[in-house]
Amino acid sequence: MAQSTKTPLIRISKRPAVPTKTKALVYAAAILLALVVCGLVTTLMTGLDPIAVYATMINGAFGTTRRIWVLLQDMAMLLCVSLALAPAFRMKFWNLGGEGQVLMGCFACASCMLLLGDSLPNAALILVSLVASVVAGAVWGLVPAFFKARFNTNETLFTLMMNYVATQIVAYFVILWENPKGSGKIGMINQSSQAGWLPVIADSKYLLNIIVVAAITVLMYVYMRYSKHGFELAVVGESVDTARYAGINTSRVIVRTMLLSGAVCGIAGFLLVAGTNHTLTTTVSGGLGFTAVMVAWLAKFNPFGMIASSFLIVFMECGASEISTTFSLNQSFSDILTGIILFFIIGSEFFITYQLHFRGQTKAAQEATAGKEA
Amino acid sequence: MTDVPSKHAGPVGGTPAVQMCGITKRFGSLVANDSVDLEVYKGEVLALLGENGSGKTTLMDALCGLYFPDAGQILIDGKPVTITSPKDAFDYGIGMIHQHFKLVDVFTMVENVVLGLDQPGKLDLKAAADKITQIADTYGFDVDPYQKVYDMSVSQKQTAEILKLLYRGADILILDEPTAVLTPQEADKLFAVLRNMRDDGKAIIIITHKLREVLDISDRVAILRKGRHVADLVTKQTNEQEMTDLMVGHKVHLNIDRPLPVDPKPRIEVHGLTVKSADGLTKLDDVSFAAKSGEVLGIAGISGSGQKELLEAIAGLQPVASGSITYIGDDGKREELVGKSPRDIASLGVALSFVPEDRLGMGLVANMDITDNMMLRSYRVGSSPFADRKPPRQLAEKVVEELDVQTSGISDPVRRMSGGNVQKVLVGREISSSPTVLLTAYAVRGLDINTSYTIYDLINEQKKRGVAVVYVGEDLDVLIALADRILVLCDGKVSGIVDGRTADKNKVGMMMTELHEEGGANDGAEH
Amino acid sequence: MFDITSFIQRAIVQSIPLLFGCTGETITEKSGNLNLGLPGVMYIGAISAVIGSFFYEQSLPDPSAINPALAVLIPLVCCVIGSLLMGLLYCFLTVTLRANQNVTGLAMTTFGVGVGNFFGGSLISLTGSDIPSLSLSASSGIIGQTLPFADSLGDFGKVFFSYGFLAYTAIIIAIIASYVLNRTRVGLQLRAVGEDPATADAAGIDITRYKYVATCIGCVIAGLGGLYYVMDYSKGIWSNDAFGDRGWLALALVIFTLWRPAVGIPSSILFGGLYILYLFIPTGTDLSVKELYKMLPYVVTIVVLIVTSMRNKRESQPPASLGLPYFREDR
Repeated sequence: MAQSTKTPLIRISKRPAVPTKTKALVYAAAILLALVVCGLVTTLMTGLDPIAVYATMINGAFGTTRRIWVLLQDMAMLLCVSLALAPAFRMKFWNLGGEGQVLMGCFACASCMLLLGDSLPNAALILVSLVASVVAGAVWGLVPAFFKARFNTNETLFTLMMNYVATQIVAYFVILWENPKGSGKIGMINQSSQAGWLPVIADSKYLLNIIVVAAITVLMYVYMRYSKHGFELAVVGESVDTARYAGINTSRVIVRTMLLSGAVCGIAGFLLVAGTNHTLTTTVSGGLGFTAVMVAWLAKFNPFGMIASSFLIVFMECGASEISTTFSLNQSFSDILTGIILFFIIGSEFFITYQLHFRGQTKAAQEATAGKEA
Repeated sequence: MTDVPSKHAGPVGGTPAVQMCGITKRFGSLVANDSVDLEVYKGEVLALLGENGSGKTTLMDALCGLYFPDAGQILIDGKPVTITSPKDAFDYGIGMIHQHFKLVDVFTMVENVVLGLDQPGKLDLKAAADKITQIADTYGFDVDPYQKVYDMSVSQKQTAEILKLLYRGADILILDEPTAVLTPQEADKLFAVLRNMRDDGKAIIIITHKLREVLDISDRVAILRKGRHVADLVTKQTNEQEMTDLMVGHKVHLNIDRPLPVDPKPRIEVHGLTVKSADGLTKLDDVSFAAKSGEVLGIAGISGSGQKELLEAIAGLQPVASGSITYIGDDGKREELVGKSPRDIASLGVALSFVPEDRLGMGLVANMDITDNMMLRSYRVGSSPFADRKPPRQLAEKVVEELDVQTSGISDPVRRMSGGNVQKVLVGREISSSPTVLLTAYAVRGLDINTSYTIYDLINEQKKRGVAVVYVGEDLDVLIALADRILVLCDGKVSGIVDGRTADKNKVGMMMTELHEEGGANDGAEH
Repeated sequence: MFDITSFIQRAIVQSIPLLFGCTGETITEKSGNLNLGLPGVMYIGAISAVIGSFFYEQSLPDPSAINPALAVLIPLVCCVIGSLLMGLLYCFLTVTLRANQNVTGLAMTTFGVGVGNFFGGSLISLTGSDIPSLSLSASSGIIGQTLPFADSLGDFGKVFFSYGFLAYTAIIIAIIASYVLNRTRVGLQLRAVGEDPATADAAGIDITRYKYVATCIGCVIAGLGGLYYVMDYSKGIWSNDAFGDRGWLALALVIFTLWRPAVGIPSSILFGGLYILYLFIPTGTDLSVKELYKMLPYVVTIVVLIVTSMRNKRESQPPASLGLPYFREDR
């Protein structure tokens, strides 16, 4: 169809291969552009000069030791859920149910703390809570996986719906266990005995969470990169035909991977309740399951890449929240900035996968670009 | 043969409905069409005959706007035209029915027919359905315009495609191997309809490589060989022998080694194998043969005669309707392979290697690097939960070096490599596992001469090691030069097994197009 | 005592935002675009209307000087523009730039909810009010105007005529959408785009145009759901996060109706009813059970999703290319 008289103004074709350097450049340009736009938007809202905007954001993220801890903690939790989703996404299973899986983990942990708080020694209680959280998260991941493997039920919509079922289950128990009665809240669980609370190490209640997530990051990287399971799920994600040829049982891999995905979400829920919040609300996971989808996807499901992408998102949130406080704006400002950043990075993918040909661009020029890329 | 039309016989005088002059189309270094001239007149059926890869489909794609030729001119009713899209082709009354139907599954026939038509006013499906029924009656189709496509048989889908074209007023119809998916009865029905359309003044081009069909339906036949238009015959003045000769050409002398088999013993015995496709068509019908150690068994046949199903059935990838596939080990132990998955087969200790036709879609993972692809079939080795990448990496390096794979590194995704290098990686992996059976499907398709010879050498090397090689090929010259015995498939049945050393190319060509019940079948079929 | 009239009336009031969202998303999904940004779009629709109304009401010397036509038009136009921009953004990213639809949609929800709460919060602080909500009662009174004879018809009037014009608009739009999708050429071609873009492309249908137009119209309709919610249902009172999970519920409704807008009318009332059922069930002092009732719409949707995939009936499946980008040269 490449004919001189009818060539359209702009023609799109797939790029053959893109060196890592080009990729990095495209992403860097997208983030830079996004930051400029974010700065402009903020300036418009606050009348502040752009430089001061960035200074405020950096101050918000790194200004005090406490802020750095909060940044790291938020990052760790977001990263943990992203890590959970990564193997499912690598398998091309759209697990949008992270939110519900985390919530079920939180719920299981909180119920153990409430119901067994008096009857078990602390170490055993923590262990039981952990196991319960992992199982609860895994079950929440297993349900859609089972139907996907068995009947090819659309997992995107299924996992999405499971989130709200989880929310309402938690809402039910929050009221059932409300404390004090009529408050509609559970309040701090085991406030006095601190039963089931994770130990505070090095004077920071966040440090343990961060260490655990760091360990999960490494483990998940190893699992996906080096284990036989990781290899199998990657093959299933790439081509079901090839998986069949290689003798891989696709249904089994789907179920197994979603069990893992849900289980790690369950751990995130455990860390949130036993580690930091010590309470249960319907919003305890705070949209982590959804933000994590974007974090995992931005990093192309590479666990170490996700450290960078979760940092970017959390940095924006902390920075924007500081701007909101300083200029008495609404806290939702950070969502706007996060949205802008995401739009730019999402859009930039195009320039990695495709290339544009403009009419009038001579063949020689095309060959020159081709030569450069090679 | 049926009635020879009296008033439409032979080239009709006057202006051709379509005239293609000097059409040339290159894909990279491959010349698919080399200055081809072709014309078709109103009221005739032209058969476009040629082997796989002779450029038939490419030529027709140029006519219906899918490809734009590198050189040449197309004239419709004597006027030069430029066709750059299927829509342009429609405007000139040209319609093509591809082998892969373009129908929306959840729509009814009538909805598919009116799809994309820019008619003003209300959408009147009733009127459209009436018009379809009327067209169908004119040409002798039997249709229900309100039937959903997913409820249709393959032949009904084809009917829907034809009606779509007729509804739009196409008077030049191109059918790409229309009978490939039909039963003989359905094919007869189609031909009756095509004759009606011809008598109605339509110009019809039918792409085929089945000689019987050419004789049955066409008025003229144009034969392509290796991208060139080599002959233009009036059907009733030719015969199968002449067409076969023109289609396959003279025997080309290929310098392929063929060592004598050493101590051949049956390794795979297939008895009465019958395989049906998902939509119930019989793909393999009562196939029996033996593949022997130290021997190359060639499989010849027109594409889609059941080659794919045969190999996949042996490899455990295809459900078998009936029959048996027995593996006989060096120690004489017999193992039944039917009903076993590839994993089961491997765990029996059967070292079976398979180079499938779809290299990047089945044999390899396009987005993974050479190392990871090397362990695709062997990653389970050992009880460790981790895959040991050291042996596959060494293997990758070895394959890259020994087979001279051109790549920027073993950690490069295989999709970035050229077809020949991809195939070297795949074959290299499959022979690295010291197989006792090696199945290959179209192992040299799309490869250049040098790479092809590398592959032949590798196959011979395996043969000398005592491997039973099954080689499915499309180039008869290669099959005759490489294989010790050639099993010829025709429509899923064994048409005969011939000795590669004494085989006559034209005879094999004939066996591919029709069943030879009497002769030939005994040549090498004894076990 | 279970008050059936009031239950139905309130179920219908609840159902209208869901119906708008469901109709809009169905049209969008019929083009093969799975817009998970729907909650964000509905937020933007609502807040755009609020912003327009707010500044209009602020510009008035006193609330009685309100011009009824402007009071309706200004929020309506603002809502349409806001949600249309969201539709364009989604299309630009997913159709033109072929970005992943799930990720784009989720980012749009983050963004849309953020914008809604941000501007909502900002406007609240502008009024200097000490309660965290914003009241546009003058405009809302006009938009939510019920039919004058509703009260004189007793229960009948209450069930059928006690709603503002937007409620009837929602039902009319759903009926029109159903007609267009099933009975017209445009609808046929749109469905072909969502089912099998390659075939539609070969038939000469402009895939990009269909996807853009369907998604933008879908977003505008969904945005109206936000408008209805804030200006009619909540009587012009905006408070952050009050819209809740209605956007996701609308997405569930699309699945529940198996992509049929006309079915959306009774289904949305059913969902609306399930959503408020807890208010009518005598649970005594046990408030917690009410939360379980709220789960019903989602559980029902999951059951529908499973049953349709098990029965594997072709008409009940999502549009075949839902969620996938289309690039001609991939053929």
